Amino acid sequence: MLQVSTTIALAALSIAAALCIVRMARGGSLPDRVVALDSLLVIVVIGLAVLAARTGESLYLDIMVVASLLGFTGTTLVSTFVERRGAR
Amino acid sequence: MIEVLASILILAGAGLALIAAIGLQRFGDVFARMHVATKPASLGMALALTGAVLAMAGVGHTTKLILVILFQYLTAPISAHLIGRATFRAGTEMHPDTNFDELASRIKPHPRQSN
Repeated sequence: MLQVSTTIALAALSIAAALCIVRMARGGSLPDRVVALDSLLVIVVIGLAVLAARTGESLYLDIMVVASLLGFTGTTLVSTFVERRGAR
Repeated sequence: MIEVLASILILAGAGLALIAAIGLQRFGDVFARMHVATKPASLGMALALTGAVLAMAGVGHTTKLILVILFQYLTAPISAHLIGRATFRAGTEMHPDTNFDELASRIKPHPRQSN
């Protein structure tokens, strides 16, 4: 049961990550890429949770904590950069 | 039984993440994309991590997963507000279908920004 549902969830998350990467590549402006990167990190954290639930491996949980911390720091840094230099 | 509940929660979280990614492609404006990307981010993550809590036994695992959920709920509004404010002050143009802009008379562009 859990094997089937985590397989479907990982497939959906892969499609979502691909769509986020397409938005990062096409861009539009710098904030578009930042928003896409932010949601890509959220997808990575959800994927790690799904992998942890699938395998029962507790190493993924530590990586999840670090990834969610890094996502917030990166977005905050880039937002001050955007405010000063303009969105190009 | 608890495995069925965990499966439903994980599938709901992954589906919300997929909806957010589709919205990133479909919407035509930084602010609209931010709207669609930030709301399912916190709810989808909370659902998927609650599913992982149910699937994994153990106090240590549960503590770490709840820590990640709490941290996401604390920081997701802050980072979305910061990036939205920075985008607005940088003078990003909106989608042509935008009807009104209530902030235009209240927030000035950043003084150090070179035009």
